Amino acid sequence: MTVKEILDTMDYGPAPESAAEALTWLVDQGDRFGHFIDGAFTAPGPGFDSRNPATGEVLATLTQASGEEVNAAVAAARRAQHKWERLGGPGRARYLYAIARLLQKHARLFAVLETLDNGKPIRESRDIDIPLAQRHFYYHAGMAQLMEAELPDRQAIGVCGQIIPWNFPLLMLAWKVAPALAMGNTVVLKPAEYTTLTALLFSDICRQAGLPKGVVNIVTGDGAVGEMIVGHPDIDKIAFTGSTEVGRKIRAATAGSGKALTLELGGKSPYIVFDDADLDSAVEGLVDAIWFNQGQVCCAGSRLLVHEPVAERFHDKLRERMDKLRLGDPLDKCIDVGAVVDPVQLKTISDMVAGNTAGQTYHADVALPEGGCFYPPTLITGLAPSDRLMQEEIFGPVLVSTTFRTPGEAVQLANNTRYGLAATVWTENLNLALDIAPMLAAGVVWVNATNLFDAAAGFGGVRESGFGREGGWEGLSAYTRPKARTKALSPVPPMPEGGGAPADPLDRTAKLYIGGKQARPDGGYSRPVWSKSGALLGHVPIAGRKDVRNAVEAAQAAAGWAGTSGHLRAQILYYLAENLSARAGEFAHRIDAMTGRRGGEKEVQASIQRLFTAAAWADKYDGQVHGVPIRGVALAMKEPVGIIGALCADEAPLLGLVGVLAPAIAMGNRVVLAASDPFPLAATDFYQVLDTSDVPAGVVNILTGPHADLAAPLAAHLGVDAVWSFSSSDLSGAIERASAGNLKRTWVNHGQATDWQAADLRRFLEAATEVKNIWVPYGE
Amino acid sequence: MDMTDTAQTAHLPQVTEPRNPGMALDLDWVHGAQANRSAIERRAATLPGRRSVKKEYQAAWLLKAISCIDLTTLAGDDTANRVRRLCAKARQPVHVDLLEALGVGGLTVGAVCVYHDMIAPAVDALEGSGIPVAAVSTGFPAGLSPFHLRVAEIGESVKAGAKEIDIVISRRHVLEGDWQALYDEMKTFREACGAAHVKAILATGELGTLRNVARASLVCMMAGADFIKTSTGKEAVNATLPVSLVMIRAIRDYHERTGYRIGYKPAGGISKAKDALTYLALIKEELGDRWLRPDLFRFGASSLLGDIERQLEHHVTGAYSAGYRHAIA
Repeated sequence: MTVKEILDTMDYGPAPESAAEALTWLVDQGDRFGHFIDGAFTAPGPGFDSRNPATGEVLATLTQASGEEVNAAVAAARRAQHKWERLGGPGRARYLYAIARLLQKHARLFAVLETLDNGKPIRESRDIDIPLAQRHFYYHAGMAQLMEAELPDRQAIGVCGQIIPWNFPLLMLAWKVAPALAMGNTVVLKPAEYTTLTALLFSDICRQAGLPKGVVNIVTGDGAVGEMIVGHPDIDKIAFTGSTEVGRKIRAATAGSGKALTLELGGKSPYIVFDDADLDSAVEGLVDAIWFNQGQVCCAGSRLLVHEPVAERFHDKLRERMDKLRLGDPLDKCIDVGAVVDPVQLKTISDMVAGNTAGQTYHADVALPEGGCFYPPTLITGLAPSDRLMQEEIFGPVLVSTTFRTPGEAVQLANNTRYGLAATVWTENLNLALDIAPMLAAGVVWVNATNLFDAAAGFGGVRESGFGREGGWEGLSAYTRPKARTKALSPVPPMPEGGGAPADPLDRTAKLYIGGKQARPDGGYSRPVWSKSGALLGHVPIAGRKDVRNAVEAAQAAAGWAGTSGHLRAQILYYLAENLSARAGEFAHRIDAMTGRRGGEKEVQASIQRLFTAAAWADKYDGQVHGVPIRGVALAMKEPVGIIGALCADEAPLLGLVGVLAPAIAMGNRVVLAASDPFPLAATDFYQVLDTSDVPAGVVNILTGPHADLAAPLAAHLGVDAVWSFSSSDLSGAIERASAGNLKRTWVNHGQATDWQAADLRRFLEAATEVKNIWVPYGE
Repeated sequence: MDMTDTAQTAHLPQVTEPRNPGMALDLDWVHGAQANRSAIERRAATLPGRRSVKKEYQAAWLLKAISCIDLTTLAGDDTANRVRRLCAKARQPVHVDLLEALGVGGLTVGAVCVYHDMIAPAVDALEGSGIPVAAVSTGFPAGLSPFHLRVAEIGESVKAGAKEIDIVISRRHVLEGDWQALYDEMKTFREACGAAHVKAILATGELGTLRNVARASLVCMMAGADFIKTSTGKEAVNATLPVSLVMIRAIRDYHERTGYRIGYKPAGGISKAKDALTYLALIKEELGDRWLRPDLFRFGASSLLGDIERQLEHHVTGAYSAGYRHAIA
C-alpha cells in the first residue's frame, strides 16, 4: 500500500520481529539437540520434531530420552547435590544472580525463540514471560543469600524432578529451577515436548554462568519421560505443572514412595464483575485474563460472572472489544492473539466449543490466518453452572459467562467448581472486594486486575488445582525439609487380650464424638481395651465408612469456625487447657493404665502446654504483605485448609490427639480425628473436656477404630481437604493414593516417628494453613 | 486520495457530523462514572508495547498526526508577524520534497491556535487555506475573570473570525462537586460560540482524580461541547495517556448513548513523533478509525511537528535528520 492509501485506511500494517538470530542459534546447534546432562549436551538420538505452531515449520529435531539417559541425569544430579548444598546460600546466590543477568543479556533471543516454539505473541514473551523469568532468578538469588539466616532449621530436599508445561516454557522453568537451586537442590527437568527449545537455550546459559555440572539437567521427550522421572527411585521430590488429570496420576504414582510432591494444575477461574466496577477497565482486564497466551493459562479468568444490573452493557462492551483484538503472526509486534500451541490443542478447543449447544456463542470478528493453529477469541454468554463449559477447563481463548444477583450468589457461583486456582474481582467498593476475596476458593485473588505475577508473591491453588506455592517465602517450603533427623516408627500393638475383670465395675460407654454429641457406631460393633495387666479398661466403638461420612458432614456444618477470630479460638483453646488441667490426674492415670508405662503425667502436662502454645499462636500466625512491583499490596493471607482428617499417633494417646487438634483448630480448621488405635480411651475421655470448653459442635469430631479401616474412607472423601497420618500402621502409601481423588493435601509419616514432646508447632501450623495471595492495586 | 478531499480532511465536525446539541444534565450517569486508576494506567502503559507501526505505515500515521495538529502559540510575546510565520508553517508543515517523495499533496495542520488578539492576523494569513483559527478564551488559562467578561470574550473572538473556541472550565465547580454549575457554565459558553465550535478544556492536571476527569468530561458533553480537551498547557501536568483513556472512554459512552461523536484534543507535553503514534493507536483502539480525522481529533502541540518532520525525512532518506533542515514555525 502507498502512504496515501494508508492515510485513508489507517491500518497498522506489518511490524515483524526478526527471527534471524533465533534461527541462527538453532542452526549453530545443528538443528538437532540431545539432552543437557552433567554439564554437557549429549549426542542427539532418535526423537521428534519441534514445530512452529503458527506456520507448521520444523524448528529442530529433539531427542526422546531413554531410561538410561534419565538415569544418567538423575545420577549427575545426585553426584552434584551434596557439594551444591555445601557451597552455602551466598555461594549459590552468585550463580543464580549470574543466570538472571545472562537471561537479561539474551532477553530478545529467548523471547523470539519462545514465540517461534510456542506461538505466543512476541509482546508477551518479550514483555512478560522473559522479564518474569529473570525476576524469578534475581529474587531467588536473594533467597539463597538469606537461607542460612532466615531458614536455619531447613535444608535441601535433594534431587528434584521437575515436569513443566508448554504454555509458559521458560517462565515455568524459572519458577521450578530458581527456588530449587536457591535452597541447595539439584534438578532434572523435563520441558514439554511441544516447547523444549528455550529450556535448551537455558542449558547453554547454565554453562555460560559456570554452574557446576549436574546441578541442572534437562531431559527432553514426551509424557513417557515424565513417567520415568516420576517413578525414579533416586528422586526426592517431584514438582509438576500441568493438567489435573496428569497431576492425579502423579499423585497416585508417587504415593508411598516418600517423594515430596507439589502440583500446580488446572483451573476454571472466576472473573467477577460488580455493577459499580469500572466496566471499561474490567473489559480490558478480560483481554489479559482469557486472551492472554490464547487462553492457554492455568489461571485464566475463563468463567465470567457479571452482576445482573450491568450484564447486558458489559457483554456489549466486551464483544466490541473482542472485535478489536488482532490475531495473527505471533512474531508481529502488533498482535494480541497468536497461535494455539499445537493442532492437537486446537482440535480440543474446537471440539469443546462445537459440542456446546447452550447459551449464545460469539466469535470475535477477526480474520484467521491461512494455515497455522489459530482459534478466534470467543465468548459464550447465558450459560448455567450445569453446562459443561462452565465446569471444564477449555484451555483456549474461550470465555464463558453467566450472571449473578448478589455478592453472596457471586461467591456461591465462583466456588461452584472443583478447581481453586485464581479469582478476579472488579468493584470500586473496597468493603465488597475485601469481604469476598477471603471467601473465594482460590490460591490467588486479584482485585481490579488480573494475571498479575511476581516472584515475591506465591502462586498456587487449592482443591483440584493442586497444592504447594511457587514464589514468595511460602514457596520455599516446596524445596526444603526440616533438618531434624527422624527415627523409624515401629507399629504399636494393642495390649493382648487379658480376660480380666473390669478395672471399674461401673460401666462407662465410650462412643464416637460427632457434631458435639456422642454417637454409637453405625456398624454397632465395639472392641475391648485391655490394660497391661489384663484388666478390662473399657470398650470403644469400631467406626466405619458411614461414621466417617457422618463426622465429615458434622464438620461441614461447622464451617463458621473458619470465620471466627483468632482471639476467640485462643480463648477456647485456653479453656480446653484449663479443663484438661483440672482432670490431669485422671488422664495421666488412664494413659498409664493403657500403655503400661509411667509417662502419663508428663504427657498430660505436654498436652496442656500444647493447647497453650496453639492458643498463643491462634492470633499471631500472621500473613504477610509482599513487596510486589505495583502500586498496591499483595496480601499473603493464611487461611485454614478446611476439614482435616487425621490418624492420630498410636504411641501418645492424648498428646498425639491434642498435638493435631490444637494447631488445626487454632488456625480455623475443623477436624475428624481417628484416636490412637491401640490406646483410644484418652480420646474418648477427652469428649467431656471438649463439651465443657465451648468448642462448637462439629469443629472436633473423634472416631475410634482400626486406622487401617478409617484411612481409606477419610483419604478418599471428596469433602475432606487434607489428611494427616501419624499412625504407627504403615498407611502412608494408601492414604496418598486415595487422596488423588480430590487432590487433597496429605501429610503422612512414611513410617517415621514424630517427637511429640518437641514443642515447635510451626510445622503443624504451616500444614494447617493455605496461603492466599490477594493482590490489591490502589490509586485514585 | 487527495488530501484536500473534504470527507477526509474537513477540520470542523459540523461539516461531516451532526453537531452535538447537548442534553439535560444526567446526574445519575455522571455519578455512576468510574475510573480505576491502576487499571487505566496498566492499559496505558502496555499499549505502546501492543501496537507498533513501521515503515510506510509509520510515515502515513505521522502525516495523519500532522493533519491533526492545532499548531499553537500562546505566549505573552506573540506578535502579528510571529503569528504569520506560524500560519505559513500551518499551510506548509512539511518540506515539499519530502511530501513529494511520500506521494502526498495538500497536507496542512488541523488549525492554528492563538490568543484573542492574534485572531485577526491569523485569519488574514490563513485566508483561502481552509485552515480554521482557534482561539483560547474565557480568561484562559485560569478562567477566573468575571463570568460576563468570559462570555463576552467568546463573542469577541467569534466576531474576529475564530471558527473554534477553546474555553477553560471553572475547575472549582469540579472540585466542589457542583456539576450543575459546570453544566450551566459550559452551556452558556456553547451558546456564546454560536456557529463556532467549542472545545472544553478540563485542565485535568488540576482536577485531582481520574474520576473527576470522567465526570467533568460527561458534564461538558451534556452541555454541548464539540470537543473535550485535556489541558491549557500551563498546568504542571498536561496531557497523559491515562487521562486520555478516561476522556475518550467518556466520549465512547456518550456516543453509545446519544449517537453524537465528540472530538478529543490532548494538549501539552506531546512533543515526540513516537508519542503521537501511541495517541493515534489509543484513539483507533478505543474510539475507532472514524475519530482519526482532524474533525474529531487534534493534538494541541507546538514542538511535535519538528520531531515528526525529522522522522519523515529519516523514512524517506534512511538517514537520521537534523532540526535545522526543516523550516521553523
